[in-house]
Amino acid sequence: MTPAALLHILGPKLQTVRARGRHGARGRTGRVVLFVGIGALFWAFIFGIVFRLLSYFKNVPEIGTLLAAKLLGLVLLSFFGLLLLSNIITALSTFFLARDLDLLVGSPADWLAVYGAKLIETTVNSSWMVLLMAAPIFTAYGIAYDGGWWYPLVALAAIVPFLIIPAAVGTAFTLLLVNIFPARRTREVLSIITIVSAGGIVLAFRLLRPERLIRPEGFRSLVDFLAVLRTPTSPLLPSEWVQSGVVGWLTYEGDPLSFVLLWSTAAALVVFGALIHRALYARAFSKAQESAGRTAAPRGRIADVMLGLIPITRRELVLKEFRVFFRDTTQWSQLILLVVLVLVYIFNVRLLPLRGDGVTFFLANMVPFLNLILAGFVLASIAARFLFPTVSMEGRTWWLLKASPLSMRDLLWAKFWVGTLPLVLLALGIVFATDVLLGVSEFMTAVSVGTITLMTFALAGLAIGFGTIFPQFETENVAQIPTSFGGLLFMMTAIALIGATIILEARPVYVYLSARSFGTPMDATSMVIGFSAAGALCLVATFAPIRLALRRLERLER
Amino acid sequence: MIRLSRLTKRYGDFTAVAGVDLVVPRGELFGFLGPNGAGKTTTLRMIAGILQPSSGTVEIAGIDLAKDPMAAKSKLGFIPDRPFIYEKLTGAEFLRFVAGLYRQSGADIERRGDELLALFDLGEWKNELVESYSHGMRQKLIIASAFVHRPEVIVVDEPMVGLDPKAARLLKELFREYVSRGNTIMMSTHTLEVAETLCDRIAIVQKGTIRALGTMEELRANARSGADLEEIFLRLTGESGARTAVQVLDA
Repeated sequence: MTPAALLHILGPKLQTVRARGRHGARGRTGRVVLFVGIGALFWAFIFGIVFRLLSYFKNVPEIGTLLAAKLLGLVLLSFFGLLLLSNIITALSTFFLARDLDLLVGSPADWLAVYGAKLIETTVNSSWMVLLMAAPIFTAYGIAYDGGWWYPLVALAAIVPFLIIPAAVGTAFTLLLVNIFPARRTREVLSIITIVSAGGIVLAFRLLRPERLIRPEGFRSLVDFLAVLRTPTSPLLPSEWVQSGVVGWLTYEGDPLSFVLLWSTAAALVVFGALIHRALYARAFSKAQESAGRTAAPRGRIADVMLGLIPITRRELVLKEFRVFFRDTTQWSQLILLVVLVLVYIFNVRLLPLRGDGVTFFLANMVPFLNLILAGFVLASIAARFLFPTVSMEGRTWWLLKASPLSMRDLLWAKFWVGTLPLVLLALGIVFATDVLLGVSEFMTAVSVGTITLMTFALAGLAIGFGTIFPQFETENVAQIPTSFGGLLFMMTAIALIGATIILEARPVYVYLSARSFGTPMDATSMVIGFSAAGALCLVATFAPIRLALRRLERLER
Repeated sequence: MIRLSRLTKRYGDFTAVAGVDLVVPRGELFGFLGPNGAGKTTTLRMIAGILQPSSGTVEIAGIDLAKDPMAAKSKLGFIPDRPFIYEKLTGAEFLRFVAGLYRQSGADIERRGDELLALFDLGEWKNELVESYSHGMRQKLIIASAFVHRPEVIVVDEPMVGLDPKAARLLKELFREYVSRGNTIMMSTHTLEVAETLCDRIAIVQKGTIRALGTMEELRANARSGADLEEIFLRLTGESGARTAVQVLDA
């Protein structure tokens, strides 16, 4: 394989990117300004938090640097998990479903060039978001620990192989799965992937045992605590090598072995992936092309009775949404992952040390309030995965919806309710379960339940709105849609909304908790203003994006 | 009835459809022919309400599409050239869903759906997911769906693509029978034999404008030729392509 052959195969993709930049320049200026604005705020937010944390760690003698290293290790481990899952999903699309494959596979193109080009495509598609997230974190480390002018290069030298390793492993894993499982279930391979990932997440959390770090008093001695901090989570994981390499540079202790391990492992895995590709790809690609024939269950009447009161068009839209969702394994299988994530989340909340001696009513009730931020993140991620792509998924059938006398309002609201109701149930489940586990007061339970309900509606409205304003009609793989430009914008806006809601409610919650704990006077006005403002914000975030989306849909031409 | 008045569609500086005036009365099967990129699909998609005209109007069964899109669309059935449908619905569910979009449901729709599926040899496949259908079967399902709500007007873009000879013949009979009952069909096709034998009137479009319009006899008279539709078509739209192909192959 020559670099020219590789570039030739990547050529159309590069030209597409260039053409998008040129032709869409006028219409995109607003979007780019919006994106850069929200992106800068988001970066500043992440940078600010990490930098503040690191500044605090730096002042802790003996263990400060160890804590900073452990934190980086935890972040990188979660990135590694995300990258692995993202690469597996993306590889299914780039190696087996993409529309250019018929042309490539049918041509006498060099197999190694095809593998190389598709590996690069997979790596870029699945890693850019992690890279964007990692940038402010690594910058904070560099500035907090005076990394020097060479630090960006050192960080880059650690990150590049860190991105290549999961890409090579993920593509090889997908290739093996497509070969092993029956051809008619190619897409359903994702369910296996999801279950494996779910297991991986549980295992990773148990390996880390983060709760131990919160309660140093649980260790027999400081020596034990230090031993845990010093011990690598797993010396075989690339995230650990990146952490050692980068922290080694920042603490002037130098760890060249980490870089050797990162680069040699990346190179070996690419070679291994190429060998598997040569041996198995042709057969796997052929299997992946066969359709998945399957008979659906005969029509049930239960749904008809349950939905009988809804007008015909809306009823059929709702039924269609449910059928399409639950018959697509690539969709519902990710719910398994979701359930595992939620259980891990609740389990970890249960382990929070909030019932010991000295833990006051104030703290015990403040933590569940802040817990709303984490619950909000979980819900925003789910909305990004399941609600954001819902309009994009109509791309190929747009002709049918647009040519029929269907009102776009009906379409959007059907999608909103089908996605939102399960989300509200989940949100209430999470918050109620954590409130009960933590023994929160009735008032705070009411606040958290009310807040999470309104926040869920707002997140759903934002997801449907952004998904309509920034649709991805041409994507072959639904799982990739949330990683688009619009998906990222949605996540940033969702995080901003969660932050703003919590900030608006912080004052009234503080007033209540202070009054209960310290007997200070209850300022009713500030409570009414705070809660009303948060409620109004959530309502605006629910309806405004849908209004904008409606206008966009009515003008949409395909 | 379909009435187009000064119908125009521009994409930036490019004009895809340039001020088309056309009336297709009740009971007529109208053929819309032209080379690739002539503006046929754009015109049909504007009639179906999928694309909005840059200027001009579309009337379906006497209803202005821009002023009352819901009423106009409820009179219309659209069959696109590419059979993209929900892969995870069965054939029967898809027909039920389409009927629901036109606010129709119940026993009558169930019966009609079954009849249409049987007509197109899809009866045995009615409970199979669309993802297991072949290209031709999907096309047949879409054609069936265009009839399920009993529209007055049907707009068809390339109906014969992907159909086997039996289905193609069935479709021709269905179309003729349908217009004989006072309904209207406007159809674009590249299969000139189909247009010649099936259509009451034909328009030949090029670069977004109608170059010739009339019955086969009128087209022959206009072209001052006794030739078939292919000859007339090539004469009106330019026949240099075939000669160039020979030169390229010989080179």
